[in-house]
Amino acid sequence: MLRLQINGEERLVGDDVDPKTPLLWVLRDHLSLVGSKFGCGVAQCGACTVHVDGKPVRSCQLTVGNVGAKAVTTIEGIGKTPNGAKIQAAWMEIEVPQCGYCQAGQIMSATALLNSTPSPSDSDIDAAMAGNICRCGTYIRIRQAIKNAAAKSV
Amino acid sequence: MPAKINTRFAQSDAYISQLMRDVRDVPAQGAFPMGRRTFFKLAGAGAAGLVLGFHLPGEAFAATAQAGKDQAMNAFIRIAPDNSITIYSKAPEIGQGIKTSFGLIIAEELDADWNHVVMEQAEINPKVYGNQGAGGSTSIPRAWDQLRQAGAGAKAMLVAAAAKQWKVDPSQITARDSMLSHPSGKSATYGSLAIAAANMPVPDPKSLKLKARSEYRLLGRRHRGVDDPKVVTGQPLFGIDVQLPDMVYASYTKCPAAGGKVKSFNDAEIRALPGVLDCFVVEGTGVPAEVMPGVAIVAKDTWTAFQAKNRLKVDWDLSEASKDSTTEFSARAKKLAASFPGKPVVDIGNVDNAFANAAKTVEAYYEYPFAAHAPLEPQNTTAHWHDGVIEVWSPSQQPNRGLANLAKVTGVKEDKVVIHQTRVGGGFGRRLVNDYMCEAAAIALKVKTPVKLQWTREDDFNHDFYRPAGYHQFKGAVDKNGKLDAWQEHFITFTADGKKEASGANLTENLKYSTIAPNLRRGTTMMPLVIPTGAWRAPGDNAQVFANQSFMHELSLTAGRDHVQFLLDAVNTRVPELAPKDPKTVNFSPARASAVIKLCAEKAGWGKTLPQGSGLGLAWCYSHAGHVAQAVELSVDANKRITIHKVTVVIDVGPIIDMAGSEAQAQGASTDALSTAMGLQINIENGRIKQQNYNDYPTLRMPFAPKVIEAHFIQSDNPPTGMGEPAFPAFAPALGNAIFSATGERVRSLPLRNLGYSV
Repeated sequence: MLRLQINGEERLVGDDVDPKTPLLWVLRDHLSLVGSKFGCGVAQCGACTVHVDGKPVRSCQLTVGNVGAKAVTTIEGIGKTPNGAKIQAAWMEIEVPQCGYCQAGQIMSATALLNSTPSPSDSDIDAAMAGNICRCGTYIRIRQAIKNAAAKSV
Repeated sequence: MPAKINTRFAQSDAYISQLMRDVRDVPAQGAFPMGRRTFFKLAGAGAAGLVLGFHLPGEAFAATAQAGKDQAMNAFIRIAPDNSITIYSKAPEIGQGIKTSFGLIIAEELDADWNHVVMEQAEINPKVYGNQGAGGSTSIPRAWDQLRQAGAGAKAMLVAAAAKQWKVDPSQITARDSMLSHPSGKSATYGSLAIAAANMPVPDPKSLKLKARSEYRLLGRRHRGVDDPKVVTGQPLFGIDVQLPDMVYASYTKCPAAGGKVKSFNDAEIRALPGVLDCFVVEGTGVPAEVMPGVAIVAKDTWTAFQAKNRLKVDWDLSEASKDSTTEFSARAKKLAASFPGKPVVDIGNVDNAFANAAKTVEAYYEYPFAAHAPLEPQNTTAHWHDGVIEVWSPSQQPNRGLANLAKVTGVKEDKVVIHQTRVGGGFGRRLVNDYMCEAAAIALKVKTPVKLQWTREDDFNHDFYRPAGYHQFKGAVDKNGKLDAWQEHFITFTADGKKEASGANLTENLKYSTIAPNLRRGTTMMPLVIPTGAWRAPGDNAQVFANQSFMHELSLTAGRDHVQFLLDAVNTRVPELAPKDPKTVNFSPARASAVIKLCAEKAGWGKTLPQGSGLGLAWCYSHAGHVAQAVELSVDANKRITIHKVTVVIDVGPIIDMAGSEAQAQGASTDALSTAMGLQINIENGRIKQQNYNDYPTLRMPFAPKVIEAHFIQSDNPPTGMGEPAFPAFAPALGNAIFSATGERVRSLPLRNLGYSV
């Protein structure tokens, strides 16, 4: 039995789940947290991004057995953090999503950026967001939404 | 080695070609004729009064109305006693914003309070809703009249109910924000009137007075996407998010070379893996658009199904499998290009004469590669076979076609097929084909509980319906006045059946309508192809406009003319002459075309002096009923690294429904087009796809995306047309033309990274 700390709650994962299972699939198939998305399975697209102890992590590459007692935050919980809530509001304010499939990962990466860099420059945004693919091409609005959210945190 | 024609592949290709024609064959000047549908009173609604709508008799919608509960005004609208309104979006949301736009169109005519409208996805029932697909930028033009009439019809019934209660003339009643009011001071909410309204006679759609553009309160403004709150908080929306009690999970493995069949596989080894519940061969129909043969593995969760898939060892029968090779295609096309076919597709004027007497001529050869769609949500469908019913939840662009697809694959009647449409994590044309839906249903027939079929990303790259490569040999002539005089184009393309072009591989109609050379000859040579092709965002146009509009720039330079003037002079003014057979499906207008070109030149600063190493390029197209011009301003450094300074997009798709969504499509299509032009190609060798994941298929990322994309809309009272596709095709030639202006190097093949360029 694994005891995970997810979005401030303890969640139990039964022994029927192989500890080598990526956190992504435990969240999606066993804990009904389907906000983190499967896009590539090889840490190329960033759709599965979650925070582990505050750092953005590709949950398709982190085995659930290696999570331990670290605090996991997913898209379902990020709105309870000040920067997460600001990013979510900024995303809606300028209508960032098109298909929306990548946006959970984008929001997790963007929130991590604001947590470490409250007023990011364009190159900070480039560096922090380069791991997240948006197939619809919403980058121009993601950039603007991050700047808008940052302006509100000052 | 010419490939042997596979009849079931040809059948699949014919299905997709017909689908693409159906999708495109939209009356662009009008919309779905409501006359075919009638308003009528549904029987059996009982004490709740009558439920009304655009139904055919006997539909189940009647059962939803109950006294004191929400009142279904018609198949699109339900009004609750608390005055909240539910509007049903009939077509798939694939990122084009249709769920928001459809709601806005109905709410506008209903004069509903948009802040208290809830949008829901309609069930799949073409008898009630008509077409329920998404493709070809046709959702808006197809539904425009139908949805406006749904809103206006429901409002007319609410007004009639109030007029009866208040004993006033209906014409004195004003509707606004889900409230009716009368100069006497009387007012009532829609919610309080809904039951009475449902008892009113149903108006004749022809009697409904629809709003003029100047009366719009919702349309044309910026709106938030109706699903945004769920998207940004990670709530279940997409096909992949479906969870059902007792659900199991499946992977499916097909031959990496299309057409291969299963001889045997390591059944005992797979079956013995922990968590694997079952594994079996699915023979399928052998039709790529339905179910190709493969091995299904059913497991307790997705990861187990994927792990078992990795351990799978299949002995494939490759006798009918594809041996396609893109290097061979490229080499053959180049050779074939030299011999213009005996029978041209188009032959206007006297091309040979024109070339003999031309002031100047120019020749060029263009090519572009196969491309995958790679929508970010890997293909999936959840299917449940129960009680003689096949029930599926699927992210499809053609859920309505799924009814017939699943009936064929499972052998049940269409009325025993139930399809729930989910939000779709990117379409781009890939999900016009329901192969993954069919596979899930075929697997579900052997599983007693709900089963979610999940493709891997590698499955998606290996089993796409690709944008076909294409090769164009051009020869053009300009006359002594510097005007386009002759255009000869030899298009080398592909065939799946040996007779006609493969799906998406035909000469697009863009050039047919948009640009005219007095002497015009176009011919086609086809190479046999086994790998299936299909519709890729702005089918045909997405690459052919690159070739055509780049060559136009070569011609204007040869003529020594200003490019914009040259383009304007060549705008086709002879449309009726060229298109006598399809006047209803073509809304091409020389005036609208010229207007977008002129405004784009103005907004992009055409003619301004640019620094050394910088360039401005402009191109235009008529695509999917939209008139679009695009300009790219960039600089190129000594290492061929491109910096995009500004993208200008000018679009005429008639009136705008949702400005935020329309601008998003202009920005997204331009970004997608840059991504595709810079880096994307699918290589095929021995029938196998080389690119297996995003690391091989460099989809544009944040650091390389344009930072400035200006979208300008020329709005008019012309009927609105779609935004999903028209802003894609003219980007790549604008980019190539700008690179030429900056460097003097002509781009004649894609992707640009093969030529040493980067962004």
